[in-house]
Amino acid sequence: MANKPATESIDPATTKMLLEARRAGLETAWDRFNKQQPQCGFGLLGICCRNCNMGPCRIDPFGEGPDKGVCGATADIIVARNLLRMIAAGAAAHADHARDAVIVFKEASEGRARSYQIRDEAKLRALAAEYNISSWGEGGGAADLANALLSDFGRQQGSVMLTHRAPEKRQRIWEKLGIIPRGIDREIVECMHRTNMGVDNDPLHILLQGLRTSIADGWGASMIATEVQDILFGTPSPKRSEANLGVLREDEVNIIVHGHEPILSEMIVEAASDPEMIRLAEKLGAKGINVAGICCTGNEVLMRHGIPVAGNFLQQELAVITGAVEAMVVDVQCVMPSLGSLAACYHTKFISTSPKAEFPGALRMEFSEERAAEMAREIVRTAVENYRNRDKSRVIIPREKSECMVGFSVEAILNALGGSPQPLIDAVVNGSIKGIAAVVGCNNPKVQHDSGHINLVRELIRNNVLVVTTGCNAIACAKAGLLRPEAAAEAGDGLRGVCESLGVPPVLHMGSCVDISRILVVAAAIANRLGVDISDLPVAGAAPEWMSEKAVSIGAYVVASGVYTVLGTVPPVLGSPVVTRILTKDLGDAVGATFAVEPDPFKAARLIIEHIESRRKGLGLKV
Amino acid sequence: MKEILVRPERCMGCRSCEIACAVEHSVSRDLFRALSEMPQKRLYVEHVPEYSLAVPILCRHCEDAPCVAVCPTGALTQDALTGVVRHNRDVCIGCWTCASVCTYGVIGRDRRARVAIKCDRCPELDVPACVSACPTRALIYGVVEDLSEARRAASALKLARGVAASR
Ligand code: SF4
Ligand code: SF4
Ligand code: SF4
Ligand code: SF4
Repeated sequence: MANKPATESIDPATTKMLLEARRAGLETAWDRFNKQQPQCGFGLLGICCRNCNMGPCRIDPFGEGPDKGVCGATADIIVARNLLRMIAAGAAAHADHARDAVIVFKEASEGRARSYQIRDEAKLRALAAEYNISSWGEGGGAADLANALLSDFGRQQGSVMLTHRAPEKRQRIWEKLGIIPRGIDREIVECMHRTNMGVDNDPLHILLQGLRTSIADGWGASMIATEVQDILFGTPSPKRSEANLGVLREDEVNIIVHGHEPILSEMIVEAASDPEMIRLAEKLGAKGINVAGICCTGNEVLMRHGIPVAGNFLQQELAVITGAVEAMVVDVQCVMPSLGSLAACYHTKFISTSPKAEFPGALRMEFSEERAAEMAREIVRTAVENYRNRDKSRVIIPREKSECMVGFSVEAILNALGGSPQPLIDAVVNGSIKGIAAVVGCNNPKVQHDSGHINLVRELIRNNVLVVTTGCNAIACAKAGLLRPEAAAEAGDGLRGVCESLGVPPVLHMGSCVDISRILVVAAAIANRLGVDISDLPVAGAAPEWMSEKAVSIGAYVVASGVYTVLGTVPPVLGSPVVTRILTKDLGDAVGATFAVEPDPFKAARLIIEHIESRRKGLGLKV
Repeated sequence: MKEILVRPERCMGCRSCEIACAVEHSVSRDLFRALSEMPQKRLYVEHVPEYSLAVPILCRHCEDAPCVAVCPTGALTQDALTGVVRHNRDVCIGCWTCASVCTYGVIGRDRRARVAIKCDRCPELDVPACVSACPTRALIYGVVEDLSEARRAASALKLARGVAASR
């Protein structure tokens, strides 16, 4: 039953750096993954429970041993509760990220966080109108909006405001099921309460709360994060950049920003272009200062400033192993605690910045709204001064990097289409675009690095399915050259024609993981235009290499929004026949979409295409 | 000759070995797929309540195996080279004579075929499934002489320390 040792990567830069890691005797996630084999069967099936101290309890999946926990919880109950806790944790991560963005926005609008300004006034006004803020005057509007946004988190009654962005039919479905989220934090708290020993013990009832919480994430927390970040840092528009470890420079100070929040990294990007800092770098023998990103912090600065991206989740350790990184600056989420000991083998300073996230071996330079720009300068200075300590004989930067075109916010897509979604809808209706697939998510050593992403995306565009992407899938696509307009040559004839006439790639990078909210907005706009629900559209979602609890929350809100979703790694639910049935079948009746699990990317593409074709038939479009 | 040796002091009672054993004896040999097959395990993590300890118990493949000696149909045989006690379900009549003489009680009952079921030492694996599954190495697959040698060395060291300290 042992998982086979991880097959490492299809990305040549990654393969090279792994060779170097082995040569240097350094351990990476792949090594640790192999040491974990075989992974515990109870955990893989989701049938262990530690929710109270009568336990831990586990259920024998093969029917010989215990079939209930001490309290009487069956495998179905245990799996459902565990899944709900995963959703709660994922939604909490997005909620907390969003809250911090709103707080910075509030401080900025009240004049305290002086490092920040309003960059997208139009978006600010539009969002304020959605929140019924009429008192527009001397900065009053922005501060009122900030307070209104904050009240979405702690709201006890009514509904999270932006759920109104969903198509009317969708909102009615949620209403009927009783899953319109009240307040973002309230739903998360309720998950923790319900899964406490002896509270909610009906799998379906538990999972409905999971959907409600996930909607609070997708149409609440994540959407707020996207909106506020656009207001503060600008709404992304198309720009060109580069991706993969080859963006690190041999003769410059390299600073990596990694994690998820653009709040500090925006300041770092600014500080790194300060002439005084550049002069300091030059004085120390460097040709300049190069900022590069990893994970979603990387996506945020890539989308808004064209800052190159050094890699996705599984490449964070490899970036350090290049020996060319002066500072690895991290905030929150997806940051491996292994980085501290790894950085200690090099001159690299591993700098942690979030008040919430401390790591062993990290140099702590804590962020605060009031001192953001100052802090960023200090961090950049620390990196620049560290250039002296670089051991040039140990520098190995792989040559691989690919060009990419990024920055496809909803506004940018509409702009490319000439101001209205109609041309896109026409292309779908006439069949040149068969449908749209959102391919998103992490890396996971259970899957050969990037192969799940790239094989699925290639297969989809070849079949005229337009791909929209965020997160680590987007970075994988960037590295594989799929975010270049020229990649249209790899697409089927119909999609190729559309891309070539618009000058866009067949895979549109829409941002970080919280920006999946942008995808929801596009889906809602198309559905409204056609007068149907999202679940009627020829669209699908996929997370081929997902690993994070955040991905569980995302998967849940995508399905709750009516989008059929294919997962590439198996979620810990198969120990419960009931939960498995609900997720893969019953949800179809309830919300018009289900989950499927398919580790083989080619088969996953088939499932998606079949689904898209069935929806085309439903809409009376030619298949 | 390699044996599965048990270091009970390391057992955490996680039952990973049992799961791995069951999956290895499924048709699919895949945890997720085995769920629909309900394969049976062949070793037992026994709980000893008096000491709150878990002790994995599995077929010792005894060199002078009583089960082989008593089996009336020749269903149980011992491989001359490896010492593995094998069971042939085609000739087993389910008389449970073997179970009555097994010191360890590790002859089980096949839920479906109504014949005996026992450890086969995972003939298709280099290292038995239970051994590779054990996260604390409570189960090891090795040569008795090596284990004893290591144990001797450890006690000798202890003794030597005592001697040195009393000098
Ligand atoms: S909640 Fe129930 S199943 Fe979970 S540990 Fe407690 S007794 Fe066991
Ligand atoms: S139960 Fe089967 S293996 Fe055991 S003694 Fe009887 S015939 Fe032999
Ligand atoms: S050696 Fe194989 S058959 Fe025997 S107990 Fe271990 S896993 Fe089961
Ligand atoms: S896998 Fe090892 S630790 Fe776990 S129950 Fe079996 S022998 Fe004990």
